[in-house]
Amino acid sequence: MSEAGKTVRERPMSPHLSIWRWHLTMATSICHRVSGVALYVGALILAGWAVALAQGPAAYACYKGLLASPLGLVVMFGLTLSTFYHLANGIRHLVWDAGHGLDVKSANASGAFVFAFAVVASLAIWAIALMIGAV
Amino acid sequence: MASYRTPLSRARGLGAAKHGVGTWIGERVSALALVPLTLWGVYAALRIAAGGYDFAVAWARDPVNATLMVLLLAVSFWHMQAGLRVVIEDYIHTTLGKSALLILNLFVCVLAGALSIFSILKVAFTVGAS
Repeated sequence: MSEAGKTVRERPMSPHLSIWRWHLTMATSICHRVSGVALYVGALILAGWAVALAQGPAAYACYKGLLASPLGLVVMFGLTLSTFYHLANGIRHLVWDAGHGLDVKSANASGAFVFAFAVVASLAIWAIALMIGAV
Repeated sequence: MASYRTPLSRARGLGAAKHGVGTWIGERVSALALVPLTLWGVYAALRIAAGGYDFAVAWARDPVNATLMVLLLAVSFWHMQAGLRVVIEDYIHTTLGKSALLILNLFVCVLAGALSIFSILKVAFTVGAS
């Protein structure tokens, strides 16, 4: 006991991010933030669309052409994915805020559902878009 | 030197600013409003993407579409301002950098929100110029 009192004990350190094993609920949390930031850019694109519409047919055609370009389509698909992910995971957060589904088993299950929903809903919307000639 | 100030007197004014709950509830209520608005927005985006300029103008002139679009824009910009604010507060810890980014975030959201809402209203209120 006397020896331990003289030397400074190594304090336990909080594990650094890089040695954490990835788990589902961690991924859903990070994706919520990333998709939120992506939708920030998406909302600015939406605002640009509204401004182009008010500018007239030429500006609107130009803006629509930009969105329909290969890069534009990739961005639009990413935004679709972000929209459905953030929407579903946002509801998951609201359920948590109401005090439900906070145990590990429920949180893992809802997390897996949210990922699956985002992918399936995005693919479905793009299938509909292709069918009605929106792409 | 003994201080004659009571512990309560010293602690006063240093705690929470008393509006954290309002901010928290505002984030949740805007999220709740965005659930139906976003679903409607996806439906609207599909229809607008399938049509051209004339369709988009006719679409925006419908009072229901114009109203829901203005609400979607207003609530979205409110919600994303609150969201990015939390992100900035989490990662930026210098007073100047944090303040500058928080103000930039606010200005970008208010400017883009005002521009887009005014644009939708302009199209909605313009008669027969399509």
